[in-house]
Amino acid sequence: MAARSDQQKLALILLFTPFLLWIVLLIVLPHIGILHLSFQEKVGLREFNYSFANYIDFLNEPIYWNTLLRTAVISILVTVITLFVGFPIAYYIAKIARRRIRGALFLLCLIPLWVSDLVRAFGWIVLLRETGVVSGVLQWSGLVGQPVEMLYNDATIVIGLVYTVVLFMIVPLVSTLDGMDDSLVEAGFNLGGSRLTVLRRIIIPYAMPGIVAGFIIVFMLTAGSYLTPVLLGGKNSMWFTEQIYNQFITRYNWQAGATFGVLLLIFTSTVVWLGLRLSGQSLANTVAKP
Amino acid sequence: MRTQSLLARWIYHGYVIVFFVYLAAPLAAAGLFAFNDSLFPSLPWRGFTLDWFFSDTEPKLGVFHDDRLLRGLYYSFWIGLAVSALSVFVGTCNAFLFERKSFPAKNFFYVMMIIPLVIPGVILGISILVLASSIVNGIEERWGYEPDFLRPGLLLVVLGQFSFITTITSLVIAARLRKFDVEMEEAALNLGANRWRVLRTVTLPYLRPALIAAGVVAFLISFENFNTTLFLVGSEAPLTITMYDRMAKVGSTPVLNAVSVVLMVGSATLALISVLVQRDVPDGR
Amino acid sequence: MDFDLECENLTKRFGVLTAVDEVSFTVPEGSFFSILGPSGCGKTTLMRMIAGFESPDNGNIRIKGEPVVGLPPNRRNVKMVFQHLALFPMMNVGENIAYGLRCRGAARDEIRRRVGDVLERVGLPDAAGKEIHQLSGGQKQRIAIARCMVLDPDVLLLDEPLGALDLKLREHMKVELKLLQHQFGTTFVYITHDQSEALVMSDRVAVMRDGRFDQIDTPQALYHNPQSAFVAGFVGDSNRWNGRVTRVSGDELVLETAAGLVLTGRTAGDSALRAGDRADIYVRPEAITTTRAGGSSGGGNPSDGANSLDGIIDSLLFNGANSRILVRTADDRLIEAHLPLTGDNSDLGDGERVTLSWPSDYSRCFAPLEG
Repeated sequence: MAARSDQQKLALILLFTPFLLWIVLLIVLPHIGILHLSFQEKVGLREFNYSFANYIDFLNEPIYWNTLLRTAVISILVTVITLFVGFPIAYYIAKIARRRIRGALFLLCLIPLWVSDLVRAFGWIVLLRETGVVSGVLQWSGLVGQPVEMLYNDATIVIGLVYTVVLFMIVPLVSTLDGMDDSLVEAGFNLGGSRLTVLRRIIIPYAMPGIVAGFIIVFMLTAGSYLTPVLLGGKNSMWFTEQIYNQFITRYNWQAGATFGVLLLIFTSTVVWLGLRLSGQSLANTVAKP
Repeated sequence: MRTQSLLARWIYHGYVIVFFVYLAAPLAAAGLFAFNDSLFPSLPWRGFTLDWFFSDTEPKLGVFHDDRLLRGLYYSFWIGLAVSALSVFVGTCNAFLFERKSFPAKNFFYVMMIIPLVIPGVILGISILVLASSIVNGIEERWGYEPDFLRPGLLLVVLGQFSFITTITSLVIAARLRKFDVEMEEAALNLGANRWRVLRTVTLPYLRPALIAAGVVAFLISFENFNTTLFLVGSEAPLTITMYDRMAKVGSTPVLNAVSVVLMVGSATLALISVLVQRDVPDGR
Repeated sequence: MDFDLECENLTKRFGVLTAVDEVSFTVPEGSFFSILGPSGCGKTTLMRMIAGFESPDNGNIRIKGEPVVGLPPNRRNVKMVFQHLALFPMMNVGENIAYGLRCRGAARDEIRRRVGDVLERVGLPDAAGKEIHQLSGGQKQRIAIARCMVLDPDVLLLDEPLGALDLKLREHMKVELKLLQHQFGTTFVYITHDQSEALVMSDRVAVMRDGRFDQIDTPQALYHNPQSAFVAGFVGDSNRWNGRVTRVSGDELVLETAAGLVLTGRTAGDSALRAGDRADIYVRPEAITTTRAGGSSGGGNPSDGANSLDGIIDSLLFNGANSRILVRTADDRLIEAHLPLTGDNSDLGDGERVTLSWPSDYSRCFAPLEG
């Protein structure tokens, strides 16, 4: 019997090792690394002091924290819009569509997901730019007299972002709603509830884990998005990830880049944590896919 | 009341249809202009052509003859394969670790496993870049040797993508493992198999659909990844980066639309395979 | 006599809970032995110890004379049919059955031959190529048994395998299992909480409660001569009264209930009851004769060694041969008595006054169950 539990202990260690290597080397250490880097102030050639200088610089430069604020606000806006856009679709797929159509619809929803961010952004460019499809249609139908540039403004960025992330809202919602017993809704109606009451008191609380999961993923993807705001917003995009890119690649100022990275991380983590707290869910039972 | 609810129903259905049109529109646009016989991916429509795929003369260089794009495809493919294999392997270990074993602070470690999913890809990229770079500098300073493979390049790209894709594969495989009735392992033991044989002939075959699905998902996500890859890429660039470069610097020709079509068809096929594999598997009982 | 399975003083504790408490028993070769008990009594733990999935804290297990404690489960020659059958869904019927043989490294021809053999013996000769999900419930049972029997086990363990089946199939399978056991001649050890399964199929039954065996006996003995209050209440149906012993002579005693009813019966088991002790008295519904009040065979009194109660019929429970009447007696209790479907008293109806009577030989008295 002693041999058997030794064998089990060995198995545990063997299974734990890849996990530990992965998490420590690729997640924990790197993040400690950028945190460490963000505290390094460039005092002279290859000389560094530890200080909050980078953070102070960030706060002092309006364009930086304006960008962060703007990213934050738009991200939250996009997330809320996505929830409202996506929920009816998710409900339709989970509850109303018939069996066969449901599988097909779900698959249709997934297809844009598999195609790269790049292709999606590119598609919107083709559609919305001056020489693009929508402009062409508008001209052809006589509604406008000349080519219309629809890119490079905030509304387009929002539309593009919603498009990119709406599926990440729908998928967890469908999974959660799928598990809901139809008889719960029927009981709600049977006991006299109106459609609004049933929605508010029965469906939404039940779907809460899915909603929170969607919220977290969508928000995180939006705030961390790069291609869509940059390509669709052009020079006016002012998106925070673009700032990070600039600092790292264009200016080679890794300290500043790391600082921005840490700030972005703190920001998204705080919102995620708030979201989890306010709705009483935990990370494990929302984001972990069904 | 009846007409109101009928109207409501029609609006609802209409909304659903509009939504799917909205989903399809950019993809259709991107794909359609791949077949446009024009130098720009825009109107007017000058006729149907397959040149952007197959032609090999300038200025209309088709996808399958454009060396840089083809090389991008080649790298994307191998990166995807590597990431897929690694993440399915580690994902399987993680699945067994969390579904079968008990150990202290298990909940804490489980949360740690999920955290990569809530970290923006950009942050994953820069953090690994910084770590690799400090390691390289450290080794160079101490021993004078510069480990090139830790500089931005294929290995780093694979590691960067692996860092979060593993979470996804772990979850997919763990979900299937959870449904596994331990009685079957006991039955196999009872019939005379040793533990390795049980794993090989009973547990892993049961997991097979999940392993395949996880592998396909990992491949697809790796293939289309941009944010994390952007910071880790060296001179050998995968397709997404190549395409972005082309778009930003040279301006777009319909060859990029052709690439989009190839990507769409490829991912749709793989996704279909993974769904089919998961569908016709009996659950057992 | 040779024993296929011998257990001595088996004990298993989980923390403060003692699941199996010094259990000892032997099973003669070629017999059908059942362990009967309610959920949580420890029977599953006991079975898992015999199979090797749990190791006893104390005690010995011998299979055909060989001690097996310490042998891992894949090296014991006891094969087990699991509660949910545990057939491997990714293999077909033939591959399932061949699994154990392949683990032993048998040659392909021999495997094919033996699989074919065992399939014939369970009555499914053409099933080898079928997929598991194509089988019916009863067929799956037989394949699960075949998978074990093809390995010529010394003992076959069955863990409540009939639970998932519907009633008619379950009844049919009870007979099938008994026939299969006779046919193979292997010792079957069967655990269940369903007393009808245990009684129908077994040569001997052990009634288990809270980790201990209350009684090990043939089904008939358990039914007619329960040795404890628990067995009397658990096996078959009984009516039960609680009262104080007023007189004891030999193994007969007289008991008076709180409501003043005077009943006689025999003592059983180890409980040495004396005058003044509290006791429970049990009698089975089919032992009670029901007659119309004032009828010819009415009236008996405790001093004759007969019991007699008056009452009014509250309701008739028609259940074919198992029909009962519920009679409300003077102390406002409902007593179940057997309702004959033929003969003089077969037309009894609601509300009639009747007399219930039975000889004291058919009552059993025990010390009351704790708790």
